[in-house]
Amino acid sequence: GRVKEMNTYAWPTVFGGAGGESERTRADIISTVEFNYSGDLLATGDKGGRVVIFQREQENKSRPHSRGEYNVYSTFQSHEPEFDYLKSLEIEEKINKIRWLPQQNAAHFLLSTNDKTIKLWKISERDKRAEGYNLKDEDGRLRDPFRITALRVPILKPMDLMVEASPRRIFANAHTYHINSISVNSDHETYLSADDLRINLWHLEITDRSFNIVDIKPANMEELTEVITAAEFHPHQCNVFVYSSSKGTIRLCDMRSSALCDRHSKFFEEPEDPSSRSFFSEIISSISDVKFSHSGRYMMTRDYLSVKVWDLNMESRPVETHQVHEYLRSKLCSLYENDCIFDKFECCWNGSDSAIMTGSYNNFFRMFDRDTRRDVTLEASRESSKPRASLKPRKVCTGGKRKKDEISVDSLDFNKKILHTAWHPADNVIAVAATNNLYIFQDKIN
Amino acid sequence: MSQKQEEENPAEETGEEKQEKEGLLPERAEEAKLKAKYPSLGQKPGGSDFLMKRLQKGQKYFDSGDYNMAKAKMKNKQLPSAGPDKNLVTGDHIPTPQDLPQRKSSLVTSKLAG
Repeated sequence: GRVKEMNTYAWPTVFGGAGGESERTRADIISTVEFNYSGDLLATGDKGGRVVIFQREQENKSRPHSRGEYNVYSTFQSHEPEFDYLKSLEIEEKINKIRWLPQQNAAHFLLSTNDKTIKLWKISERDKRAEGYNLKDEDGRLRDPFRITALRVPILKPMDLMVEASPRRIFANAHTYHINSISVNSDHETYLSADDLRINLWHLEITDRSFNIVDIKPANMEELTEVITAAEFHPHQCNVFVYSSSKGTIRLCDMRSSALCDRHSKFFEEPEDPSSRSFFSEIISSISDVKFSHSGRYMMTRDYLSVKVWDLNMESRPVETHQVHEYLRSKLCSLYENDCIFDKFECCWNGSDSAIMTGSYNNFFRMFDRDTRRDVTLEASRESSKPRASLKPRKVCTGGKRKKDEISVDSLDFNKKILHTAWHPADNVIAVAATNNLYIFQDKIN
Repeated sequence: MSQKQEEENPAEETGEEKQEKEGLLPERAEEAKLKAKYPSLGQKPGGSDFLMKRLQKGQKYFDSGDYNMAKAKMKNKQLPSAGPDKNLVTGDHIPTPQDLPQRKSSLVTSKLAG
């Protein structure tokens, strides 16, 4: 990826209502975005428990402007609100994560999870239907058997494409605390689910049992000092996974070394300068997302102010640190008061691992080119998304004289958070979720 | 990698700080601001208050068992009422049937699907 590519994102497709934050639209807030392995499908989950899947149009010469646009392919209600009667607590239907399974036949499979229950969904197409049944009419009414004088063989006729989603497996009752991550293993048979204190291993075919592989719950809850914030399987080594913590550490575990992976194989932590410690230090060091690179050689972590790239062979410190919005360091007091300091931003790699992307406030998102060490701030908003014009880089002014086109820190809208972004696995196509709107940008150069 | 910071707030510590510590001053100034506003804020930085709050996230609803237990406990006193902010649930306050939030319906098609 070159700087040029980063600066020429354009061709936005925007989905979602234009309405602002209100009681009616709270269910529309997008809570997860994920491309499938080929990038032809893009799934979103929202606070109302719904999943919407977009499909990329096949580029064809007769419609050059379609440029592989994404259109709605399927939508369904994945999770519904539930009630925990024992604790009188509501279980939110919000979809925390969606992860696709690699495609093995004509149908597509994905895992979607809320706080407590993971579901395996099958999405399949139907474009034919049978006509000429013997025992019933075309409208379904049963035919009188005594009036049937001849047998016929039903024939398949084309019909308008229908996309159906059906729940194939429900993996429930395995998590006391709130599920924050799911990750499909490279063996394509198992997956892990992680909550605040435990990580479970599942087999995709088996719903009545799961195997606990990490348990950090202390015997006395008063001694609780950290929670699990994210977990992911290694992309190639099916015995390896990592999990991050609220204290800014990452543990790499090897399932070959022991059945219960409470003891890590590797421990990643950046040394902290004790003289710089403040009330906020631990809160802003909490890792909100961890992602392996496609190569499997690196992993990336997101904490409140930065994105760090780690070499799996070096536990002592990250090999790269990218500042996302360092200017917020002098706003931590108010960000603590309005709870923004607890926002959980995600991060993602591009297909070649040469660039990384993460969100910020004011509908800004940031891209970092690892090769050239350049970075850019872009905005996902209807005003700045004209169909053919490239996205203009944005700049936040941290003090002193504000230049034209810059925005000052105090003018940032902290309600406009971009927590979820996704990058196409091969092409320069990005999906950015801005509250209840989904923006899909394509690289102009293509 | 570390950027030169424009200082937003004049530091409370005097200027013995070196160039590399400039980035830390805003954080300490923010901490002082917070402690000034909330002097009773726990000594333990960050710590388990947040973690416990995080583990218990979720809307607590009316529970007739809890409600009757609370009533029995306070048989001589008045049950604490919701007060002006009905969504605030603190301490011994048990939601009463009157102040249940209206359960929204989410069985509506997503606006992303047009």
